[in-house]
Amino acid sequence: MSLYNIFEISGSAMSAQTVRLNTTASNIANADSVASSDGEVYKARHPVFSTIMNQLGNAQSGGVRVAGIVESQAEAIARYQPENPMADDEGYVYAPNISLVEEMANMISASRSYQSNVQVANMTKSLLTKTLTLGQ
Amino acid sequence: MAISFEKAFGVHETALNLKAKRAEVIANNLANADTPNFKSRDIDFKKALELANSQRASKLIRTHESHIDSRIGTEIPGLSYRIPLQPDTGDGNTVEAQIEQTKFAENAMQYQTSLTFLNSRIKGLISALKGE
Repeated sequence: MSLYNIFEISGSAMSAQTVRLNTTASNIANADSVASSDGEVYKARHPVFSTIMNQLGNAQSGGVRVAGIVESQAEAIARYQPENPMADDEGYVYAPNISLVEEMANMISASRSYQSNVQVANMTKSLLTKTLTLGQ
Repeated sequence: MAISFEKAFGVHETALNLKAKRAEVIANNLANADTPNFKSRDIDFKKALELANSQRASKLIRTHESHIDSRIGTEIPGLSYRIPLQPDTGDGNTVEAQIEQTKFAENAMQYQTSLTFLNSRIKGLISALKGE
């Protein structure tokens, strides 16, 4: 029964979107984590999604998975704060180059996608319940 | 007049199966709404129903184990790519969530229509068997 596959498909999408929300939360939380050098600074993380292909690898596929998490290559922002205990010899601290606007947009997109998958799962559930009472 | 269960359900059984498959395809589109390079797909219901009816009559028979199964790749008849309203989204993804959602709702209603037809056929059979 192919309706059961939908739960797997929507479920995989929900977990993928959860990973996305997690990375966004981590990025926003670390937006102000400064470090003493360019190399130690926090880098924004973003998940990369890919489709799960079935064994035949052509016609059908089932859901989505997180292929990996990439770190942003954006250069850190150097701030002159000699009073900061993390400052280097020249008085600079390094803050991660995270765009809060981008992260907030990402968060909204992830939560909307999550919601639409929940809706699909709910609708499928009601269809299955009706199918089970067929002929009664 | 003999009661035939196969004839009683008629096209609705095949239609119900196809609609379940279509729901799966659209659910997969929605699941991959944020996947780069994913191409949205859908089932052409009319074509699929025609193919499903014709396949039943002429299925290729495998006479040797090294023959390729003719059903591979045609598991879902009538499956093809959707033409997006907005051709370039920047990441090669052609899923338009609002369209997929309406298609899914439409398909769910059609599924329930098929269920209603089947239900009334079953009720008809039951009343014929009871003879009341």
